[in-house]
Amino acid sequence: MSDADEPTRYRRMQDLPSTHLLGSGTSLCAGCGGLGAFRELYEVLGERTVVVNAAGCMSLLATHPFTPFRGSWLYSAMASAPAGAQGVRDALDILIAKRRIPADEDLDVVVLTGDGAASGMGLSATSAAIDRGLDFIYLCYDNEGYGNTGQQSSASTPHGARTATDRGPRGYPGVKKDLFALWVANRPAYAATIIAAEPVDLARKVEKAKRMKGPRLLLALAPCPPGWGFDPKDSIEIGRLAVRTGVWPLLEYADGRVVRTKHYEPRLPVERYLERQRRFAHLFEPRRDEQTLAAIQTAVDEACARVT
Amino acid sequence: MSRVLLSGNAAIAWGARLAGVDYVPAFPITPQTEIIETLAGWIGSNELDARTVMFESEHSMLTAAGAAASTGVRVFTATSSQGLLYAMEMLYSVAGWRAPFVLVNVSRAVAAPVTLHSDHGDVLAARDSGFLQLHAATCQEALDLVLLGYRTAEHPDVRLPALVNLDGFLLSFTREPVELPDPELARRFVGAFEPGASAFRASRPVSQAVAVLGGGPYSYFRYEMHRASEHAGTVFADAAIELEAATGRANDAVECYRSDDAEVVFFLIGSLSTTAKDAVDRLRESGTRAGLVRPRLLRPFPTAALRSALHGRRAVAVVDQDLSIGSGGVLHAELAGALHGQAGAPLLASFIGGLGGRRVGVDELCSISGEALEAASAGRPPAPRLLYTEAELREVRKLQAIAHEERHR
Repeated sequence: MSDADEPTRYRRMQDLPSTHLLGSGTSLCAGCGGLGAFRELYEVLGERTVVVNAAGCMSLLATHPFTPFRGSWLYSAMASAPAGAQGVRDALDILIAKRRIPADEDLDVVVLTGDGAASGMGLSATSAAIDRGLDFIYLCYDNEGYGNTGQQSSASTPHGARTATDRGPRGYPGVKKDLFALWVANRPAYAATIIAAEPVDLARKVEKAKRMKGPRLLLALAPCPPGWGFDPKDSIEIGRLAVRTGVWPLLEYADGRVVRTKHYEPRLPVERYLERQRRFAHLFEPRRDEQTLAAIQTAVDEACARVT
Repeated sequence: MSRVLLSGNAAIAWGARLAGVDYVPAFPITPQTEIIETLAGWIGSNELDARTVMFESEHSMLTAAGAAASTGVRVFTATSSQGLLYAMEMLYSVAGWRAPFVLVNVSRAVAAPVTLHSDHGDVLAARDSGFLQLHAATCQEALDLVLLGYRTAEHPDVRLPALVNLDGFLLSFTREPVELPDPELARRFVGAFEPGASAFRASRPVSQAVAVLGGGPYSYFRYEMHRASEHAGTVFADAAIELEAATGRANDAVECYRSDDAEVVFFLIGSLSTTAKDAVDRLRESGTRAGLVRPRLLRPFPTAALRSALHGRRAVAVVDQDLSIGSGGVLHAELAGALHGQAGAPLLASFIGGLGGRRVGVDELCSISGEALEAASAGRPPAPRLLYTEAELREVRKLQAIAHEERHR
């Protein structure tokens, strides 16, 4: 039995670690779904990590002279966090191989990036890190826009969502880039979609990824109260609706296959998710945009049909 | 110590090898490729115990270089021209991380129009990044400055990356006799890399390059870098003295050639100084007291040494191999700033030469030294002048006319 097949230690909520590795009181927004996912991930990964951060919402996690991290952290730049991770990984490998540091000084290398960098400016650095088989975990908090600068559209913005740069009656005209599929097409060691609202599923995936080597994607949908337009207290609820409507299927890629790790059947209609967010309000008022709503539902149905 | 015939690129590779580098992040660009290929060859044959990794861009390459140096390995990398510009964001970042390593730039003019040949438009664009900046005039110096670059960059009171520059084609592919320092001597001179307490270790968590809120803390960090860079001047000088004692080769921050009693002095950087020395000799033969003052170190700018070297000279012909569009020569502005308000400061005459590999010859240098002296006699500094001949203009016009005719035949 390989490490990857070891039984999980996370079966129920009570099993989840709660060590508060990431300090409270950061300057991030209340109800940040990205921070929620990262906090849960960090609990499982542990403090023997170095997080290489791409410019984005998380840039302000550490502000001099304060840090919320029990482990290590390096602020890089928007386009090249995976290359920063490569430099740290290679350096640790060299130092251990040349016996300048003992092996127990090693760290897990984690990239922390938003969807804007992940699917745009940082995509070539990410792609190249996968090509090189870099041994790292890549956490993308997907708040479906450039959240840090006021929710302008990114390549990850969903069809029809109103953003700071798509003010028209039909919202964002494009289609959300499928970052998960891009990774899978390049056959990484592991890839999974996660969400803070499903912490047991998240913990199990992080646990699995932690036991592996090579490029590993953890793609978290990150409900964003100011960017999407909902009350911060509803962040977990919005996340649950994303899963239960099929907007955010919980997927896992390993050994050449994509599987669904958590089913909610029957799926709720996608409107239940959309109607809770101001960015989709124009689909309902002043009158229902039946065409766009149907298109969104059809796209979700088709995506869900593609995975078991 | 052995004497071998080496290209500038090979000399640089020897410098990295003798410094005992651990890690070589790489991305190809002409004319620096030979450096990385030479190192990769040695790594492949186990003559150098290091690792090289190909990146998808210079931007990523520089990020990895800074991150690896911050983790505690000795890093070497190289680029040119557009590659340096593409990496520019990360030059500022990794200098701010205080990650010490050596980046070699093999100078090549920047687009557009695109060209393969040399000038200093690329490297001078990096002068405010926080990198120390050293300029080689010969293949030997290219090697020596790599060793001095590591010694200075890694000093605990400096901890800034160093950029060593050599001129594309003119030095990168020119072979000259180079003395290779004994490996043991070089190793002792450079010393072991001590990454300090800020390196990433499981037992010692650190947060690096965190954000600041407001101008107060930002100013603090930027000024700390400035002071570290200034201090690098002293560290470099001490290291140069030590290297001279061991090898007999001087590498002062400012090279002065026959300038002590000179009435006119050439002020320029890089391989053109070899030609300028010939011009100095020729002018001396014909009775003009000429000299050369050439900074090896451009960051930190050796202001005190330059003031002293130029004190009492009548005229300086500054030859910039770069052009700050809409302003003029960068070195001219830097020197004017350094000499501003100094009693007995010479008159500065600005010449823009050597753009995109255009040759500046001995005759031309002799001629502009005369112009500089005339301007000093008249007491009026001339406007910056592009070194460009009627014949060169006619040649371009002729080719344009031929192309026009071909197109419309």
